[in-house]
Amino acid sequence: MEKKLPTIEIIEKYCKGCHICVEFCPTKVLEMQGFVAAVKNLDACIKCMQCELRCPDFAIKVTP
Amino acid sequence: MAFDYDKYIRPGKLPHIWCPGCGHGIVMKGLIRAIDTVGLDTKNTAIVSGIGCASRLPGYMDCCTLHTAHGRAAAFATGVKMAKPEMDVILVGGDGDGTAIGGNHFIHACRRNINMTYIILNNKIYGMTGGQFSPATPTGAKASTTPYGNPDPAFDIAKLAIGAGATFVARGTSFHANQIDKLIAEAIQHKGFSVVEILDDCPTTYGRRNKFKSVVEMMNHLKDIAVPVKAAEKMSPEQLEGKILTGVLFKEERPEYTSEYAKVIERAKAAK
Repeated sequence: MEKKLPTIEIIEKYCKGCHICVEFCPTKVLEMQGFVAAVKNLDACIKCMQCELRCPDFAIKVTP
Repeated sequence: MAFDYDKYIRPGKLPHIWCPGCGHGIVMKGLIRAIDTVGLDTKNTAIVSGIGCASRLPGYMDCCTLHTAHGRAAAFATGVKMAKPEMDVILVGGDGDGTAIGGNHFIHACRRNINMTYIILNNKIYGMTGGQFSPATPTGAKASTTPYGNPDPAFDIAKLAIGAGATFVARGTSFHANQIDKLIAEAIQHKGFSVVEILDDCPTTYGRRNKFKSVVEMMNHLKDIAVPVKAAEKMSPEQLEGKILTGVLFKEERPEYTSEYAKVIERAKAAK
């Protein structure tokens, strides 16, 4: 059975590049691209929603 | 499904003014989730603040909001609550705004036990004005006005609130983001003056001066020093050295001010 991947939307206009989402993601899905966060490895996402919960800038929306 | 924060935020207000990594955004998210959990009507909810970084929070919330004089959030909020006791009133402020400049208003709001919720975002410093030390700055910490270390002992805001007579006192941290909304929701539902202290991180004016390399390091520090109340019961005083307790620290039932004041009005009417 194929794994259903979540969608991780990063609103670049809101992101201030604080690294919180990148550091607290348990499976290292996110990385910094320049000053903003970006999705690097969506396959590894376990839908724990930690990035959305911790983002202080309302910049991440995860739809599992 | 992801939580929809947008319906509680004023359109076009984001991005907010807080610095990269500032925990205030995390607390604001917690407050929004708490308002949603309790099911407050935004048209009947007043969010009141004074001046400071934390006090910018109501500006982003799509509720009835009031941005008042420095430290006077409790005074203005008392006015709102007395005029409209059916309104849910939430106060938001920082440690400097709430316990230094507004210290007097804070303790007397606690004493009166008026049905409001005060969320204190304790980032241990005056962030907006350039990093002066506040009453919550720990002894020895550096601020722009204490470059050789702060000689003053810090306020324990939760203990101060309990001592002054608040009937619900809880403490969380910006690291424990999951817990923030639960604490705030319980505080809103409590009938009486509730204080929720959230230990926050200020990477710009506090972190840099106090050898925290990044906001992640500050958050991990909060994780290391926080001990839940229940876990602390089994720990020795030596183990609790340098730790802070989190969770619901104090809760009691006591007559609430607006209902007591309504009785005074009834008595005055009867005496005529």
